[in-house]
Order: sequence, then C-alpha cells, then structure tokens
Amino acid sequence: MTTINKRELIVSAIENGTVIDHIPVTTVLMVLNILGLNNYEDEVLIGINLDSKKYGKKGIIKVRSKYFEQHDLNKIALVAPNATLIVIKNYEVVEKKSVQIPDKIDEILKCINPNCITNKEAIKTQFTVIGKDPLKIQCHYCEKSMTNIRFAE
Amino acid sequence: MTNLKNKNLISISDYNKQEYLEILKLAAEFEENPRQEILKDKVVASIFFEPSTRTRLSFESAASMLGAKVIGFANPAATSIAKGESLHDTIKMLSSYSDIIVMRHSIEGAARYAAEVSSVPLINAGDGSNQHPTQCMLDLYSILKTQGTLENLQITLVGDLKYGRTVHSLVEAMCNFNATFHLVSPTALKLPSAVKMHIKRAKLKYYQYTSINDAVSVSDIIYMTRVQRERFSDPLDYEKVKDSCIIDASTLEGCQENMRVLHPLPRLNEIAVDVDTTPYAYYFQQARNGVYVRQALIAAILGLR
Ligand SMILES: [Zn+2]
Repeated sequence: MTTINKRELIVSAIENGTVIDHIPVTTVLMVLNILGLNNYEDEVLIGINLDSKKYGKKGIIKVRSKYFEQHDLNKIALVAPNATLIVIKNYEVVEKKSVQIPDKIDEILKCINPNCITNKEAIKTQFTVIGKDPLKIQCHYCEKSMTNIRFAE
Repeated sequence: MTNLKNKNLISISDYNKQEYLEILKLAAEFEENPRQEILKDKVVASIFFEPSTRTRLSFESAASMLGAKVIGFANPAATSIAKGESLHDTIKMLSSYSDIIVMRHSIEGAARYAAEVSSVPLINAGDGSNQHPTQCMLDLYSILKTQGTLENLQITLVGDLKYGRTVHSLVEAMCNFNATFHLVSPTALKLPSAVKMHIKRAKLKYYQYTSINDAVSVSDIIYMTRVQRERFSDPLDYEKVKDSCIIDASTLEGCQENMRVLHPLPRLNEIAVDVDTTPYAYYFQQARNGVYVRQALIAAILGLR
C-alpha cells in the first residue's frame, strides 16, 4: 500500500469528526494532552511514523464525533506548528484549517520561575505571547519572560 | 482628569503617563499639607508577608496621617498563614475587613494574584524580585521635584542593573518622558535586554559604561544602587568591580549644578558619607517623599481625591 493510500484510508475511515495531520512524531502525545483527548470517551485513532513527503515522518490523530474551536486548536501550534486540521462530515472533507500561535495561552503551560505564585498555589496559568519566532512568552503573574516552554502536568 | 478609583497598582506599567502625573501632582499637595483627615472612616490593611520595615512604616504613616485605621501584620509568623492558610483565603478574609490592601510578599506574582482574588483594590508593596511600583513612583516624584520636569532628562543608572528591580521600573517609566539613559555597571550586571527593549521601542538612546567617572558630567540624575557580593560567584570578581560603581564627593566634581544623586536605600558603601553634605545628595529627602506619594496613591485609589 502506498503512502497516499494509507493516508486516504485514515482520513476517509472517519464518518464525522476531525483529523489532525502533519504532527511531528515526537509531539503526538502532547497534542492529545493539549486537546484533552486522553480523557475522550469516543474513538481516537493515533498514527505515528507515517511517511510524509514534506516532513519525512509524521504523526496523525483522528477523533470521532469531535469538532474543535480554533482557539483550542491554536494551542497545539506550540508543539505542531505545521499541523493541518481536516473537518469531516458524512465521510467528506468539509473544511481544512491550519493552526496559528495564539496571543494568549491559558492553563496548559507551567511557569519556569520556581518562585512564581502559580507554582505555589493552585492557580490557572496565563501567558502572553511576546514573540512568535522564536516563541517567547511572558507570565501574567510573575512577569518573567521565557523561551523554553513547559507543559503543566 | 484621570480616574484612578479602584485601580490596582501591581506593576508600574499598569498606570500610564497621565496617571503618573496625576499621582505626582497629588503627592505635591500632600507634601504641602500632609495631615488631612480625609480617610477617617477607612480601613487600610497593611500586610507584610516578609518584613520590610522601611516600606511598611512609610505606608502606615501615610495612611495614619490621612486619618485611616491601619490593620494587618508586619510578619506572618504570628498569623494563620504560619499555619498554612493559602494566600487566596487570607486575601478573601482581609478584603472583607478593609477598604484597600497594601501587600508585600516574597513570591513573584503574588500581588497580581491577590488583586484578582480581592474585592477591594490592592497596592503592591513589592512581590519578590518582580515589582515595587510605589518605589518607582517616589523616584519619579523625586526627579520631578529636583529637576522641575520629567521631560528630556539625562538619567544615569549605576550599580546592579541586572537584578535591580527599581532600575527596571524606573527605565520603563522614564521611557514616557524622552529620557536619555546612561548605564553604568560591571559587565556581569548589565541591564537585561528585555528592559533595553523598552528604550528601543520608545526610540530613545542609551549609552553603556563600566565606570561612573565617564557619565558624571552629562547627568541630571545619578541613580545609585547596591552591588551585592552575592551576585558574584567568584569573590575576586566582586573586588575587581565594586569600586567602579561607587561615588564620593570627589567623583562628583565637574557635575552639573542641577544634578542630584538618588538611591532607593539602604545603602552599603556605594555612596561615601562625604557626599551627604554636598548639595547633590537627595536620597534622604527621596525616602521622605515616599510618604506623600503613598498618601496620593491611597487617596486616589479610594476615590477621595
Ligand atoms: Zn510566573
């Protein structure tokens, strides 16, 4: 079976839902986490190390009966900047979207400053994106800016 | 006229140029007439999760001179916080007893968070290494008083420009007033690039020096800070640089007549005692200005002026 066929099968096998394509192999599990799919009760199919013309190897996630808000999808731009989102309805591709690094990032990240209040009390983190290439964020609370991104557990 | 009623002061960037000027104008009124019973029915909570006698006394005397009742603590050891009560719960409780909260905390971001939890406005009196905006306000007031204006000044900042939070805030605030900055520090303690970005974004100029001598003659303000031994991994490095960031009366020879020396205090050895008796020393008056600026902030935020 060729790469093209394999991909077509993965995409077409879904009746209703979302396919997230072109995820770096190393961040597929992070994408699942960011989108909260580790607790999703319906079917989630994960493909890792699929051949990609553009990127060599890639990951893909297929979620049945689930559609995302652009706001949520943009969060995965932090780990999968080239991801493509394919919205499927009735086995048909009805929409293709790309992701964009958002201006604000809530909850999913952890502040790298050990003396930040968000690491001392149960507080939802908030970051402002102050640079996109390379990515640079600033903590809403302690105001430290940082280039290395850490995800909350 | 701007309205500062119920506006928290957590970070110096929370206020804009108009709002700084509003506070400074009000501070000048309180300096003229510091005892006014305008806060007679108000309760000011002064809560210091880490001791800072200087700042606490300045706030508490500001509030008392306006007739407010001051509650709170100087040290959390004797309170329920020592038993592990969260900041969230402490603030919830205190904001039901008071009209405004003044808070000092050793954790960065504690002030921003407390303001989000509190039902009354909050003034940050220092949150770890992050912000200390009332120090910055009193620095601005001192510059305005000594120079007659905040516009177009030559501001020289000396010492630990890397970790000194008062320096970072002052640079950010003075970027509103077309300042030129002269930065004097050991190479290891240069102003961080994030702070230099403020200068660049405002299209202003800065010059860097490793010795104070080169910047004295151009300065309107020389703002001194401590260079702490702990910042150097090798004590020899400290010994090498510490003298390049200290001044005595002879260092100031050839300065402009209007030049004044500021320091957030307490000082170590970076300003020799012989400077105290020169006309250039302003650091003790600067500390006193803190009371008027804090009176202005409390009154404005409570909507009484
Ligand atoms: Zn933080």
